[in-house]
Amino acid sequence: MRERQTGLEKPALQVGVDHDLCPGCGEPLALRMLLEAIEDVGCAQRAIGVVGIGCYTALAPLMDVDRIQALHGRAPSVATGAKRMRPDALLFTLQGDGDMVSEGLQEVIHTAARGEAITCVLLNNGVFGETGGHMTATTVLGQRTKNSLDGRDAAYHGHPILIGDLLAQLDGTAYAARASVHDAAGVAGAKRMLKRAFETQLRREGFSFVEILTMCPTGWFVGTAEGPGYLDRVLGSVHVTGELKREGRFVPTASLRARAAQPGGD
Amino acid sequence: MTRRLMEGSEAIAEAALAAGCRFFAGYPMTPFTELLEHFAKRLPETGGVCVNAESELEAIGMAWGALATGARAATGSTGQGLALMQESLSEITRAELPLVVFHMARGQGDYYQATRGGGHGDYRHLVYAPIDVAEAVALTQLAFDRADRWRNPVSIYGDYLLAHVAESVSIERLDFGPLPAKDWAVDGSLGGSGRARIVNPLGMETGVKGIDPDAFWKRLQAKHDEMARREARFDAEATDGAELLVVAFGTLARFARYAVRELRREGARVGLFRPITLWPFPVEALRRAAAGARRVAVLEMNAGQMIDDVRLAVLGDAPVVPIGGISSDPAGFGIGPLLDAERVRERIEGALAVEAA
Repeated sequence: MRERQTGLEKPALQVGVDHDLCPGCGEPLALRMLLEAIEDVGCAQRAIGVVGIGCYTALAPLMDVDRIQALHGRAPSVATGAKRMRPDALLFTLQGDGDMVSEGLQEVIHTAARGEAITCVLLNNGVFGETGGHMTATTVLGQRTKNSLDGRDAAYHGHPILIGDLLAQLDGTAYAARASVHDAAGVAGAKRMLKRAFETQLRREGFSFVEILTMCPTGWFVGTAEGPGYLDRVLGSVHVTGELKREGRFVPTASLRARAAQPGGD
Repeated sequence: MTRRLMEGSEAIAEAALAAGCRFFAGYPMTPFTELLEHFAKRLPETGGVCVNAESELEAIGMAWGALATGARAATGSTGQGLALMQESLSEITRAELPLVVFHMARGQGDYYQATRGGGHGDYRHLVYAPIDVAEAVALTQLAFDRADRWRNPVSIYGDYLLAHVAESVSIERLDFGPLPAKDWAVDGSLGGSGRARIVNPLGMETGVKGIDPDAFWKRLQAKHDEMARREARFDAEATDGAELLVVAFGTLARFARYAVRELRREGARVGLFRPITLWPFPVEALRRAAAGARRVAVLEMNAGQMIDDVRLAVLGDAPVVPIGGISSDPAGFGIGPLLDAERVRERIEGALAVEAA
């Protein structure tokens, strides 16, 4: 069996190398890309992160970046206040789908519409991971969670929100993209998108947004090794990856393109 | 500086600017609206920022972010909007951020809300209840100082009259002495140093996994206990030899003061006690003021809220009776018929008559 090097070297902006999240979780991977992207755009000494409440909150003490811990859903407003007082800082939020899309939807929408020069980063796994796998506003139809045991039913639970697509349509949004860390190419893509979002902010073009689909085998009730495949197949087919808006120009959304390609799509 | 005739809202905003407030965020609501208008006009003129928040939730969140960078910042609303802010207010107290909140209430029915709060967990914040515009100017500046000194939110309890009555005031920066450096604030510069800061309400520290809420909350309790011992403020007049002690706060206390002075001139043995801090309630001072009284009459424009604190202070040494009550205008803005010197005098005379009988 070949020996593999898997992230034993910690990013410069991380304190310590280990975390307490579940095996197979995609969030530490996304965090690593985030910290590396901050370094790559030369902002290690001018970044302020605003962290929401979810599993990833446990990662907050491990980040060697100035941080503000916010309430569940409220990070975009907190980042707004900080950015207005520190316009030269690189301001980003780190939020989950329960935090950003369920609890705090209006926060991120208003912040985008204002064209606030901050970058909101969404870790989207389609469940409340911290509570043990419950339905969020991004849970896809048919997805089983602890409070949608027979799968999310549109007629009963409503439809998922494709937040990246929604934010891309706002005039204040200059950059919006969706990545997925289910494979190496996706991980590299996440970092590339984060860098572009940060560069958008540094050029003061407006609001920037990166959504990263992450594995949550615990919250999906699948085996650890099945996580990446499940993410790509179940969430990735609805929350389609790709850039949605760049340099303020609307890109026909990946999700809409994917839907149009489906039988019966228009 | 010369004196100028100013509406309460303008005077409070100017006092905040004099205190170095650089950030404000708010959502319009009577009788808080004019305060937002003044900040929106004046902050950009003085190098600050005022954001028209999309709700009270965003308003307090934005103030939170501004405070975390070390700036003096404030928000406000009326009781209804403050109700929406309670979760953040409670957490900001735990994040130990020096927020100033302008609580421009619709009357006095928000006493519980201001002093007990509707947020989760154990938390406290200072509450100042100015009697007039001049005192509001001084207390606003004190609020920013005390917020920084204790690293704790401070609120100003005002109302429709305070917001809209114009009085002659002069606004100069007040000096309350040196403050500790804000060595906890974030500017982004410590990234990669191993000592990056984290402003948070959980007791987190960089490089330390997990939290210790038990020790953290006990430390905050000790701070709040110390604030309670040191920050109580009150005004008392004619309490020596008073058989009836009237207790009132804020705008209504101004009417009570007028009536009490009038009655004193006519020979009635009546005194007035006015808490300036609603939290901490001036318990010891009130107990002393009420020591010789045969009766304590609580004048407040609500169903009876401050009376709880008065009873806890007097501890049965004298009967404590309510002489106020709900009194509203048709719009519900808290400018009811009880805001009238004659009517207030009648209520006090009623309590005196019982005393005489």
